[in-house]
Amino acid sequence: MLSLCLGCRKLTFISNLISGISLGGIYAVIALGYTMVYGIAKMLNFAHGDVIMVGSYVVFMLTTKAGVNPYLALVISMVACTLLGMTIERFAYKPLRGASPLAVLITAIGVSYFLQNAAMHLFGTQAKNFTSIINFEPISLAGGQIVISDETVVTIAVSVVIMIALTLFVNKTKPGRAMLAVSEDRGAAQLMGINVNGTIALTFAIGSALAAVAGVLLCSTYPLLSSTTGAMPGIKAFVAAVLGGIGSIPGAMIGGLVIGVIEILGRSYISSQMADAIVFAVLIVVLLVKPTGILGKKYVEKV
Amino acid sequence: MALLEIKDLEVNYGVIKAIKGVSFEVNEGEIIALIGANGAGKTTILHTITGLIPAKAGSIMFDGKELTKTPPHKIVSMGMAHVPEGRRIFQQLSVLENLKLGAYTRKDKAEFDSTLKMVYERFPRLEERKNQVAGTLSGGEQQMLAMGRALMSKPRIILMDEPSMGLSPLLVSEIFDIIKVINESGTTVLLVEQNAKKALSIADRAYVLETGNISLSGDAKDLINDESVKKAYLGE
Repeated sequence: MLSLCLGCRKLTFISNLISGISLGGIYAVIALGYTMVYGIAKMLNFAHGDVIMVGSYVVFMLTTKAGVNPYLALVISMVACTLLGMTIERFAYKPLRGASPLAVLITAIGVSYFLQNAAMHLFGTQAKNFTSIINFEPISLAGGQIVISDETVVTIAVSVVIMIALTLFVNKTKPGRAMLAVSEDRGAAQLMGINVNGTIALTFAIGSALAAVAGVLLCSTYPLLSSTTGAMPGIKAFVAAVLGGIGSIPGAMIGGLVIGVIEILGRSYISSQMADAIVFAVLIVVLLVKPTGILGKKYVEKV
Repeated sequence: MALLEIKDLEVNYGVIKAIKGVSFEVNEGEIIALIGANGAGKTTILHTITGLIPAKAGSIMFDGKELTKTPPHKIVSMGMAHVPEGRRIFQQLSVLENLKLGAYTRKDKAEFDSTLKMVYERFPRLEERKNQVAGTLSGGEQQMLAMGRALMSKPRIILMDEPSMGLSPLLVSEIFDIIKVINESGTTVLLVEQNAKKALSIADRAYVLETGNISLSGDAKDLINDESVKKAYLGE
């Protein structure tokens, strides 16, 4: 009897761990967008979470109102988010190139509220029920005692593929190397003939396309869609990016998974109300102990 | 016609007038030295030429084209390279990656390979260390990398800002010898230096810059014997 209970506790733990990794995969995809933009444009795009929300609405409207194939809807949503991200960069952030980081940060928060309120105005305050676009058989383990949902499998696979693709893109392609150069020294990059503004715009385009993917993964697992859907996951993904070392692509992946697991385990074993507080406590501890994060490089600024 | 012609150039830093109407020219094949004290505006002039800082007034004509109206990232492919003050190599990238970025605007793979070979011949140390992270190079090696990186674009003119900065006297001589060789192989050089003696020793002509104005100009071999230059810049 006792051993059976220990057994089921272990199984619950494994299930929780799997949900944690699944949630972490979503955070990782969001954090990859955050970290790319921070690494290259050196700014925190706090509107990133809200681009996720916009992307989810695009998929929702296309699939429910226009009957578009969900995968086609995802592609359209990626294009829409790319255009949105580039528009935000062009009109809100580019005029502030060279301005103080605080001015850029406040603008990003402004853009975030703008998107949330525009969405509320357009789609109403009533949360929508998002239908998962991922539909295949869940994986059953241990005689059906552990079930890995199809969303979980896809989330984990997608986040790993995106991480590898981004790493290859940045290190192996010409625009990727331009990104590394801009990230380190914009002036010197320009002296090499690199179009700095174009490179930053490309970074926003990629980050925003990832946001569309993240939105679909998020809403397929947690199906309530409202104008604030992207806000909290956006901020938690930011915590994940800082934890992993902001600017680092594998760091965003690791940070995302750790935050997802901490959140789910905290919710299950400590307190469901406290789960968010635990996540942010992690941020505070990281900032105190290792401000550069797990994989962050220590920057020695030369004067 | 001069290869590079600067006319009545004015540059502001905020409200401060850093360059107050400077004119000079660089002819194809020359080494031109721009000397002057700290804060005279030497670096500002180079930064304005390659578009890192906008000009307030005046013109910068390079090979018949107006640079103040050219997008900065297009200047390299016109045949101008800039070795900036403090070298500004990409510290976190490898030596080879830095050199590849120097050839960013070039598309021909065969040409890239031959230029890389030429750079390695000129700076054998860079080939030995091609996979090393650039930030771990010594000061002299970093200067060589910055120069090699600029050569990778096969420039017609190369702007060099304080190449002697922070180097031992022996290395300074080595670097100046290399500048001479680069020039002899057909590249025009515009050299900004605080080490006036060294600069005048390799330059054809020179301009002396004082708080945003050109106070003196002439053949380098005349300036090196000029009493006021000797007193102010050569420490004699």
